[in-house]
Amino acid sequence: MNRQLRRVGTVVLLMFIALFCSSTIIQVFSVDQLKSDPRNVRNLDDSYAAERGAILDSDGNVLAKSTPSTDVFKYQRVYTNPAVYSDVTGYFTFNQANPGIEGALDAYLSGSANDQFLSNLSSIFTGKSVQGASVELTIDPKVQQAAWDAMGNNTGAVVALDPKTGAILAMVSKPSYDPNTLSVHSTSKFFVAYNALIKSPSKPLTNRATAGDLYHPGSVFKLVVAAAALDSGKATADTEFQNPAALQLPLSSAFIHNSTNQSCGPGATASIATAIRLSCNIPIAQLGASIGEATISEYASRFGFGKPFALADGNFDVTPSIYPTGQDAPHLMLSAFGQSDDRVTPLQIALDSAAIANGGVEMQPTLIKKIIEPDLSELKVLNPKIYGTPISPTTAGAVRDMMISSVAAGAASNARIVGVQVAGKTGTAQNGVHDPYTLWFTGFAPANDPQVVVAVVIENGGGRGQDAFGNQIAAPIGKAVMEAVLNK
Amino acid sequence: MPQTSASLKTSLIGWRMPVTSSTKPVPVQTATTATEPRTSLSKTIRVRLRVPARLRNLELALLLVACGIVAFAIVLVQLGALGHVDSTIVTISAGLAVLVLAMHLVMRVVAPQADPLILPIITLLNGVGIAEIYRIDIAYGASGWDSAGIRQIVWTGMAIVIAIAVLILVRNHRVLQRYRYIAMFTGVVLLLLPMLPLIGRTINGARVWIGIGPFSFQPGELAKVALAIFFAGYLVTARDSLSMVGRKFLGMRLPRARDLGPILVVFAASMIVLIFQKDLGTSLLYFGLFLVMLYVATGRASWIVLGLGMFALGALVAYKALTYVNGRVHSWLNAFSATNYNAKGGSYQIVQGIFGLAHGGMLGTGLGRGAPQKTPLATSDFIFSSLGEELGLVGIFAILALYLLFVSRGLRIGFTGQDDFGRLLGVGLAFVVALQVFIVIGGVTRVIPLTGLTTPFLAAGGSSLVANWIIAALLLRLSDAIRSAPPVGMPA
Repeated sequence: MNRQLRRVGTVVLLMFIALFCSSTIIQVFSVDQLKSDPRNVRNLDDSYAAERGAILDSDGNVLAKSTPSTDVFKYQRVYTNPAVYSDVTGYFTFNQANPGIEGALDAYLSGSANDQFLSNLSSIFTGKSVQGASVELTIDPKVQQAAWDAMGNNTGAVVALDPKTGAILAMVSKPSYDPNTLSVHSTSKFFVAYNALIKSPSKPLTNRATAGDLYHPGSVFKLVVAAAALDSGKATADTEFQNPAALQLPLSSAFIHNSTNQSCGPGATASIATAIRLSCNIPIAQLGASIGEATISEYASRFGFGKPFALADGNFDVTPSIYPTGQDAPHLMLSAFGQSDDRVTPLQIALDSAAIANGGVEMQPTLIKKIIEPDLSELKVLNPKIYGTPISPTTAGAVRDMMISSVAAGAASNARIVGVQVAGKTGTAQNGVHDPYTLWFTGFAPANDPQVVVAVVIENGGGRGQDAFGNQIAAPIGKAVMEAVLNK
Repeated sequence: MPQTSASLKTSLIGWRMPVTSSTKPVPVQTATTATEPRTSLSKTIRVRLRVPARLRNLELALLLVACGIVAFAIVLVQLGALGHVDSTIVTISAGLAVLVLAMHLVMRVVAPQADPLILPIITLLNGVGIAEIYRIDIAYGASGWDSAGIRQIVWTGMAIVIAIAVLILVRNHRVLQRYRYIAMFTGVVLLLLPMLPLIGRTINGARVWIGIGPFSFQPGELAKVALAIFFAGYLVTARDSLSMVGRKFLGMRLPRARDLGPILVVFAASMIVLIFQKDLGTSLLYFGLFLVMLYVATGRASWIVLGLGMFALGALVAYKALTYVNGRVHSWLNAFSATNYNAKGGSYQIVQGIFGLAHGGMLGTGLGRGAPQKTPLATSDFIFSSLGEELGLVGIFAILALYLLFVSRGLRIGFTGQDDFGRLLGVGLAFVVALQVFIVIGGVTRVIPLTGLTTPFLAAGGSSLVANWIIAALLLRLSDAIRSAPPVGMPA
């Protein structure tokens, strides 16, 4: 009988081990995931009861903080410079999804992340209520303000980042909104404010820098095509293409033109370098056809197309940009200069330039510098991480030189900064036959030792329909943002 | 059987005891006693007098600790949820402490050599359960007889009195063996009682209740005690024919058709419970209990294989044919899917319970500081997630360890018992508690599909408390019988 008893004992032990394991899995390993489940009302209640951590800019200025409130919830969320930072901070609602940093780092801000175990442990013994950790962003207040001011009343977005670290220095999307009106403790009040914003045709709640409907990149996509051509060895900067004033697309009656409606500089042929400098469509369309869709697609995905970037410690996802595949010959040619079904976020365009600026090494973009405990100790410091190496240093140098000449003696002349060598590329993307253009600028400075990369997109042709070019409206904004970094 | 005073001491801690085939008649020792020196005899007497006192003193000390922890827990609940201390509940609970101490005193007389750990363990579990149920009452704003905590205290009092009665009435557990068929009859009647018209009641979809006036009772809880007694009694007599006879097939010795009778009866009973009373958990509990006791008695793995196969088949048919079983399985596998979460009787409560556990995390929110009332049935089926939320993983581990200790004390009877009926009964009772803990907590933590059973000693529910206190009383009686059996072959 003892042998059976020992086996029964073993079975009992195994049953209990199963229970020990299942409780541990729930209470330790899946805690973060379970707490972020929108159906988990306990966490929402908690997040209101705890003093939520602040959101700080890179200088330590408070962007969002919790102040004591008199109603049933102990704290009220307050945003100090609401409109300028709304697309970064997001807002903090009672029981709706929270966008921006508020949502992405909710576990840390509300003090419920696993990492905060030790400080929560000590607050049990000291009797203090649990306090959330503060988040210090990479956003530089001077650069953010400069981008905000330079945008004026335009609709669009600006992203500025440090190509050597991936730190996002500015992220502005216009029109903006006041997160204070949404961070209210009454669901009905929230919905009054929210519905007004969501119904507004100017879509103020959309973060145009990272999400939304995405844009045609137009000529700024030529950087990816040129980089693909050079890096794959299928062409050099001096490879020449036919230079007519108009080119009939294969299998089609349609013609494509350069933005000037003339040929790309003098001569029967034009090099890739010239085509980038003067932002010509016809040579790049031929280049796209010659290197093929597979090569362009491969390099686009190396730069990050098709993949979501997470800007805040694994959260704050960026909508993936799209380079279409399976196109016929005319669409392939159109896609080479950023038309066809190419769709991008300004952040992706900034990352393309950042890889070129940083010798081919693309850094993981991030909004978070560090996470700070209530006792001011550093809970987590986010060190720069390499996202990938889409192109070689040689290719990066060659494309950079084309961008330098584009600013110095080409289509991006309005980005020139006195005493500083700037590399840049403009874009003027067509949307529909009569629709206003989408205006672009991307670039970096100083070109030989880049401190800042910028991408600017302006919708609706900056209010001038089909009459404005990227160089006229987007390039000066990019210049202002770069100056804000260089003049610090 | 060699048994020294040294092994008496070590047996408190370890399971390993030298055991011989226990049904053999004990060799008479009078012949040797005559030749023993006088000093040795007096030493034997001294040992036998001192050990029980030491066991009971240990029990008393542990009981005081357990009562202290419970009182502390109730005060913490009040500080956490009310913000001040309310002396009424503490006073009423002190009444329970008096009852438990009374049971201890009774044991000094009627079961002086009983296991000293069992009573403190169940006191602690029961008390922590009361504290948590009371905490959820506060959240619901329930008071008086509406308060599940008050009812639980009253039921606990009754359960302790019944346990004391069992200890006093059943002075020799071998008597129970004689009444095995009465036990079977009682068990089956108790099982089928809820299916009767008028008194049978369906609560939360399961028809396992009877109600008379304002009182409702789950007779199935008591049935498990009766059935364990029957199984032990039946198997002790029938084990030889069950284990020796039969033909070999595929390397397994299969039982004869007529020996299959009892297993078929039990199988049928558990299937009836499954189909007509819609109680998956109870069904699994009875069948598991029977299989394990059958295996321990006969040592035939083929029975287990056969039994599990039959149960698996039955469960498969139930899964296909019965919507509620089907729903339970889906709620288990895909608890977080929106369809199951929003379905009526779907995974909502499991998911809320798991949210509660996650809310507690490693250390818990602290008693009175969580939100266990957000989970449906927080005081009964989901008491474990309520405790997990407020006491955290550390508290859960402590509770599971207490159960494991309780079960191991019961299994120990199986190893050290003097008679096969007692050994088998001890194992059966211990295993039924272990299995019930596994079925409930496994359901709450998604190891197995969720079924409606109560967590022994912790969950709100009078029938469950009474049944489990009777189990504890029987285990105490069995453990007392081991130690008070005449020491055999005491060395000179």
